Amino acid sequence: MKRLAAGTGIVAALWLANGLLSGSLVPALGISPYFLQVLCLAGINIILAVSLNLINGFTGQFSIGHAGFMAIGGYSSAFLTVTFGDRIRAALGFLPEAGQNGVLLLTGLTVGAILAAIAGFLVGVPSLRLRGDYLAIVTLGFGEIIRVFIVNIDAIGGARGLSGIPKLANFFWIYLFAAITIVVVSRIVNSSFGRTLIAIREDEIAAEAMGVDTTRSKVISFSVSSALAGIAGALFAHYLMYLNPNSFTFLKSIEIIIMIVIGGLGSITGSVLGAVLYIGLTEGLREFAQYRMVLFSFLLVVLMIVRPQGILGHWELLAGLPRRWRLGVDAPPPVRG
Amino acid sequence: MALLELKGVTMRFGGLYAVNDISLFVEPGQLYGLIGPNGAGKTTVFNVITGVYTPTAGEISMDGESLGGKRTGRITRHGVARTFQNIRLFANMTVLENVKVAFHCRQAARLAAAIFRTGTHAAEERRVDRESRELLKIFHLDHLAEEKAKNLPYGSQRRLEIARAMATSPRLLLLDEPAAGMNPQEANELMDLIRWVRDQYGMAILLVEHNMKVVMGICETVHVLDYGSTIAIGSPAEIQRNPKVIEAYLGGV
Repeated sequence: MKRLAAGTGIVAALWLANGLLSGSLVPALGISPYFLQVLCLAGINIILAVSLNLINGFTGQFSIGHAGFMAIGGYSSAFLTVTFGDRIRAALGFLPEAGQNGVLLLTGLTVGAILAAIAGFLVGVPSLRLRGDYLAIVTLGFGEIIRVFIVNIDAIGGARGLSGIPKLANFFWIYLFAAITIVVVSRIVNSSFGRTLIAIREDEIAAEAMGVDTTRSKVISFSVSSALAGIAGALFAHYLMYLNPNSFTFLKSIEIIIMIVIGGLGSITGSVLGAVLYIGLTEGLREFAQYRMVLFSFLLVVLMIVRPQGILGHWELLAGLPRRWRLGVDAPPPVRG
Repeated sequence: MALLELKGVTMRFGGLYAVNDISLFVEPGQLYGLIGPNGAGKTTVFNVITGVYTPTAGEISMDGESLGGKRTGRITRHGVARTFQNIRLFANMTVLENVKVAFHCRQAARLAAAIFRTGTHAAEERRVDRESRELLKIFHLDHLAEEKAKNLPYGSQRRLEIARAMATSPRLLLLDEPAAGMNPQEANELMDLIRWVRDQYGMAILLVEHNMKVVMGICETVHVLDYGSTIAIGSPAEIQRNPKVIEAYLGGV
């Protein structure tokens, strides 16, 4: 019951925030559309960063193709809503429009997440069986293959991009899924299964010797991470209403890596902070025009010299509070005996 | 029937025979010592048993079931646990978490149960927590439970390695130089602990050790390797008198 109440509370709070920020509740309180969009993109970045951290930060397997999974989620869900959207709406005629939108979006997200997870599984099985940096090599290639694939499929717009995607996602949906991502990842990391992931990061040979099926753990971790990236992609598509293959280049994957490295590999709080800081910095430095990326790179270099483990390292928000208040920590209270 | 059987096992790296035609039988509950000068192939024997290397030739079986070609993780779940000569703890995890990781292979934990936090998952987590703490108590590490493994003194790290291996509920425990770097008093305590663990849990222990006081003090059978080949098998008293063993250690005259 408590959990249900907490869930309802979060949904209500997000709905209220959505209404206030967009100005649909009290027009005077709404923020500028530009700022609202930055906030929403920050939310999508949070999903991407937290999910990438599961495989890069906690499992210690370096993936550099996160944008590829995002693209799969984005394109598959957008294809679904563009092609079958009307038919699904017709079948849902008994619902009000907001309800129809919600169901349509959730269908798109589910399809995007499942397809991205399948892709993650197929990429992960051969490359994660091995120890070492094979995942980085394979995901690097995979991200490009997906992009080139999309460019050459005319049914989803090819190089022109896919337009006419219904606007189904907004602040509410993006931050709802950002919250779900954070909860899911922190629960995984703090579970028995999550301990095997961290053990693999610490010493893969020892983890295997302690009976951990390292391949299985890594593949599951990678598939979950990919599925969440697929969700981020689907939200991205239905927020901006337009997809272009150039949004999913290698640079996008690197951006997400930068976010988690800034925040601290192995810290969920750090990933959230990194995602927000990244978009804040890149937007905030806009007035320096062409010097923007130079300045940004300089800041990154300084950060890596001053604090190579990232701003937060392994530190988690709420880790010092009583256990039941902590973010996702489900370890039982200490038993004295 | 022996618990662990190695028959004619050979491990060749290019032209080097790290282990050459070794046969070894460990009975349930036996304390079996494996000694030999540096480079004799002791650790290679461990790596072959645990599936890190696939032997060039020979048969390895446990309870009559072949371990050949199985991955390390499966062999561990089959009941073989090990410690490492160069300590391989999960450095950034706490002492308690190190032990909990090893419990995972005996858990029915489902990922979905963890994500939705079902009651059975919470109950299992509580059980693992309790059992891990009990195990730490046996190894005198309970007061360090929340400490990161890398911050432990050397002797405690060695004990934690054994505790972690014990958490997988092995029937055969492979200890690779557990007394390395310990002072005489720590080594004595370790001897008592190994003997106690064997008596309490009834598992067989295969021990590689350079500290002769430890080996001769606790092992029932001692197996001597030199240049990858067996040169003697017998009780500690027999081994100490064996001229071949003395020659291998001190050089011929």
